Amino acid sequence: MYAIEYQRAKSVADAAAALARTGGKALAGGQSLVGAMKLRLANPGTVVDLSGITELKGIKKDGDALTIGALATHAEVAASSVVRQAIPALAALAEGIGDRQVRNRGTIGGSIANNDPAADYPAAVLALNATVQTNKRKIAADDFFKGMYETALAADEIIVAVSFPVPKKAAYVKFPNPASRFALVGVFVAQTAAGVRVAVTGAAPHVHRAGAIEAALAKAFTADAAKVVKISPDQLNSDMHGSAEYRAHLVSVLAARAVAAAA
Amino acid sequence: MPVSLSLTVNGKAAAEDVDARTLLVDFIRNDLGLTGTHVGCDTGQCGACTVLIDGNAVKACTILAAQANGSKITTIEGLAASDGELHPMQAAFKDCHGLQCGFCTPGMVLSAIDLVQRHPDADEKTIRAELEGNLCRCTGYQNIVKAVKQGAQAMRR
Amino acid sequence: MGASDLNSVGQSVRRKEDYRFLTGTGQFTDDINPQHHTHAYFLRSPHAHARIRSIDTAKAKAAPGVIAVCTGDDLTGVNGLPCGWLITGTDGQPMKEPPHPILAQGKVRYVGDGVALVVAETPDQAKDAAEMIAVDYEVLPAVVNPVDALKKNAPAIHEGAPGNKCYTWALGDKTATDAAFASAAHVTKLDLVNNRLIPNAIEPRAAVASYSRADDSYTLYVTSQNPHVERLLMTAFVLGLPETKVRVIAPDVGGGFGSKIYLYPEETALVWVSKRVNRPIKWTAERSESFLSDAHGRDHVTHAELALDKDGKFLGMRVQTTAAMGAYLSTFASCIPTILYATLLAGQYTTPAIWCEVTAVFTNTAPVDAYRGAGRPEATYVVERIVHAAAVEMGVAQDEIRRRNFIRKFPYQTPVALLYDIGDYDACLDEAMKIADTKGFAARKAEAAGRGKLRGLGYASYIEACGIAPSNIAGALGARAGLFEVGQVRVNPTGGVTVFTGSHSHGQGHETTFSQIVASRLGIPIENVEIVHGDTGRVPFGMGTYGSRSLAVGGTAIVKALDKVIAKGRKIAAHLLEAAEADIEFGDGKFSVAGTDRSKTFGEVALSAYVPHNYPLDKLEPGLDETAFYDPTNFTFPAGTHICEVEVDPDTGVVEVVNFSACDDFGNIINPMIVEGQVHGGLAQGIGQALLEQCVYDRESGQLLTGSYMDYAMPRSDDLPSFNVATKVTPCTHNPLGAKGCGEAGAIGAPAALMNAVHDALSAAGVKYIDMPATPHRVWNALQSAQ
Repeated sequence: MYAIEYQRAKSVADAAAALARTGGKALAGGQSLVGAMKLRLANPGTVVDLSGITELKGIKKDGDALTIGALATHAEVAASSVVRQAIPALAALAEGIGDRQVRNRGTIGGSIANNDPAADYPAAVLALNATVQTNKRKIAADDFFKGMYETALAADEIIVAVSFPVPKKAAYVKFPNPASRFALVGVFVAQTAAGVRVAVTGAAPHVHRAGAIEAALAKAFTADAAKVVKISPDQLNSDMHGSAEYRAHLVSVLAARAVAAAA
Repeated sequence: MPVSLSLTVNGKAAAEDVDARTLLVDFIRNDLGLTGTHVGCDTGQCGACTVLIDGNAVKACTILAAQANGSKITTIEGLAASDGELHPMQAAFKDCHGLQCGFCTPGMVLSAIDLVQRHPDADEKTIRAELEGNLCRCTGYQNIVKAVKQGAQAMRR
Repeated sequence: MGASDLNSVGQSVRRKEDYRFLTGTGQFTDDINPQHHTHAYFLRSPHAHARIRSIDTAKAKAAPGVIAVCTGDDLTGVNGLPCGWLITGTDGQPMKEPPHPILAQGKVRYVGDGVALVVAETPDQAKDAAEMIAVDYEVLPAVVNPVDALKKNAPAIHEGAPGNKCYTWALGDKTATDAAFASAAHVTKLDLVNNRLIPNAIEPRAAVASYSRADDSYTLYVTSQNPHVERLLMTAFVLGLPETKVRVIAPDVGGGFGSKIYLYPEETALVWVSKRVNRPIKWTAERSESFLSDAHGRDHVTHAELALDKDGKFLGMRVQTTAAMGAYLSTFASCIPTILYATLLAGQYTTPAIWCEVTAVFTNTAPVDAYRGAGRPEATYVVERIVHAAAVEMGVAQDEIRRRNFIRKFPYQTPVALLYDIGDYDACLDEAMKIADTKGFAARKAEAAGRGKLRGLGYASYIEACGIAPSNIAGALGARAGLFEVGQVRVNPTGGVTVFTGSHSHGQGHETTFSQIVASRLGIPIENVEIVHGDTGRVPFGMGTYGSRSLAVGGTAIVKALDKVIAKGRKIAAHLLEAAEADIEFGDGKFSVAGTDRSKTFGEVALSAYVPHNYPLDKLEPGLDETAFYDPTNFTFPAGTHICEVEVDPDTGVVEVVNFSACDDFGNIINPMIVEGQVHGGLAQGIGQALLEQCVYDRESGQLLTGSYMDYAMPRSDDLPSFNVATKVTPCTHNPLGAKGCGEAGAIGAPAALMNAVHDALSAAGVKYIDMPATPHRVWNALQSAQ
């Protein structure tokens, strides 16, 4: 690891100021950032530890929205009775992220701010039409994810919480990369007030909505309707674990399985 | 730039100034001399470095020592009774031959304890799923699964 | 406790070594921290093949905390690493042995090849400084695939190895084999790739080297499976030091699987530099380095043909294999695809004529050497895959074709040099079929089909040659060393016994198994036996642990030393009891005068040996401490049948192992619990090879694409089922324990059984052929192409 300065922020304002001042990186659970620093793939100079900021914690349901504080760990989300009741698909997704040790540390805010192309949470945020609340503004999911490891966040912008409208039905099905266990393809299907939304992670350089499957499911919300949709392999990732064609095929198969499992 | 640490490891207070880039696992191994916590990979995937932080299994290689400031840490050295008697999970690993070379064992035992806290009656499928963050190259996992089941039972007593 | 309670042989005694591992008090190499030690970091080549124009270390040398920086040019008087096995080619020429420098000299030949060593006060400082070393490379074209490397215009890796060829070697009677094919009713042909694997012991390689100016001596702690061999090769061949000045200690070692047999560049460089810096140096591989620089396994490309008569009886087999050696010859690399491979091609069958030709090839990759099974999994894969295919082609049931060809008369001389002493192949096949419930398979297959899943069943009846090795045979085949083992039994004055063994335990449980043998033979409690291994300063000599040899060879050496202890004890007892030595019997921990009730306990005799107040010194020496060197007269031949049942999801290509049954014959078993554990672990690695693991280098750039657990799929707990295991026993005929060895069987049988099951499952969908590992992507692709 390259040498770093470590600062522990007491409040969101304190953290934002530290980030603005140092040009460093915000550190939540650190399951991605510390890993990258260790391999000298990241050299943030300063890390600003958010973990002591109480404003970023907590899970609550207000009316039709489930709001999860940015520092909620995957394990907390998975175990939360509030999440399990409101959006069981989201709890199940959290239960499937990484492994137990990662879930004990990794946070929802960290995951979506990092926007790893094979991460699970971005699919949920996008499919559920969630809103990302930062210290500066509210960002709609459709505007949040910009590209590979790229989001709408400014350098000193900190995610405070993510607000998920409760869907009618939803499910997430992941096909793990046999080695890393990240999503080779993951498909989140949701029947929401705004219609059927289907988000795909792992398959492409960044999370995206699968319009063709959304259209098919809008007509008939059945597994068969999803399964017969032919996804174009153009623009999809191709590597030793799966060609673009294989990933395209998996998108339809997993979407069908998600529809079948949706609750 | 050093960071002042103050935490509790295996029930004992530890206070030290460390370089900010010090990983928790290096602090535990090098500064505290507790070499039972092992390092098996550099991508946070093997789980050999697993410790309990405030009761939860965490990979000590993927957290800065500074991040653990103020917490209560349990390493493999902190499990047995003061007279040396093994914790029921340790005893179960021995009884079921849940270890061979012993390198992944500390992390495996601590993950198993985290697991049993949440799933006291875990079946084989749950145990296998919950241990996915701990690689073992020796045992084929079968006797580890057996040990976790037996250890869970013993912990209930 | 009665004396018979002390006979624990055959019982699942819980392991003596477990307490320290379970309490974090084991001592692995990286746990050793000599005072004021420094840290080493190796700068490695980022290129698969390049000429080094220049290396500028000035900035690194001036960096904070840096103590020394050295490159290949600095290592004056240091030889390259030797290869321990000379293969003579079909042309009568010795294999090509290009130099294997411990730091690159003029050229790098694989990604990860060591270029410079930095010694600094902290690991981070060493790494920081290494990044400041400027290496000017002239990048050359690289070749990583062994078949590509033999092509006409392939890049030349070594000057001394034209065409990248190390050797072409053959075994068997080509004329007789060709004749068998000419008369065959049916010929089955198969092209096979045995995928390259990375061993991945969970403890990365590490070394701590110290130099003492006081007596000009060195101490090396190292993750090794055979510290004596490590010392011998390092001192005599590479560094030119007297053996007496170097102590090598392999403390607790966190798994080896072959990868820690070899003398590696890193620890050799550390020993050399430790004198120059006059401070202890520690190096621990990061996992990324392990991926790049540990010796890999397998990597064969094979064409095989099997000739059968109309009844499915095997008449002959022809095998041509291209085997990758990697960029340099690792310690035992050359004997793996020859002596440990071609000799196993008879399998469990009476095939009368076999001919095998092997071409070993240099490639721009990490060196390839023994990995759990070493040659025998490759041979089993060839034999059992082609037997499966032949049975399918001829419409003969999988068990039936095996039964029609099993060897049933022993000893049996194969046409490929081995003499099987004993076995009962029907017994293992019968039992494996029983525990696999093969009778119920058709119903399970139909049920799975109802769920849209494809089920398949696969058999593998493997044999292995273990107990390596009779030195005379090994020598005739090119071994440059003997392969005996050493056991020393030191009886202490108060009756406790310290056993020094040249075998090394890195998970196998020797401290327990060997204690059981000693305690049972001497009639003393297991707690009174201490096993010492892994230290050239304490153990007289040793060849180490690999090839499932520890019990059959190392255990027998201990037994031979025990025989000497008992013989000496009889002399002492005869003196104490004033009886004739010929009348002294030993049993149940007592030396007795035959036909009387006069006796001395083992403890009394032990004490007397050290308090010899009235010994007839012309006839009886004081002391009770005996050493034996045991050289086996033959290999041992563990064998068995593995049956795998898989279910394939055609939508995703996922193969699930739903059942895996193994019945093995390891000869006599000392500790069934430990043996079962060894089988489980072997099966996990075998299943890993067939389902998950593959080392992939980019065919153009030579970059390692599977350089971490992000891309190299290791078997995890939820990838595997619980295995059904059973054993049958035909005791080995030529060692007193009747033991054959059990450490590798799982890894040998499982890949073929699993892949046969996958082929059985996919055949319904028209798939004819698929290589290991049967990843979801690959299976899906195969299903798509078959449609």
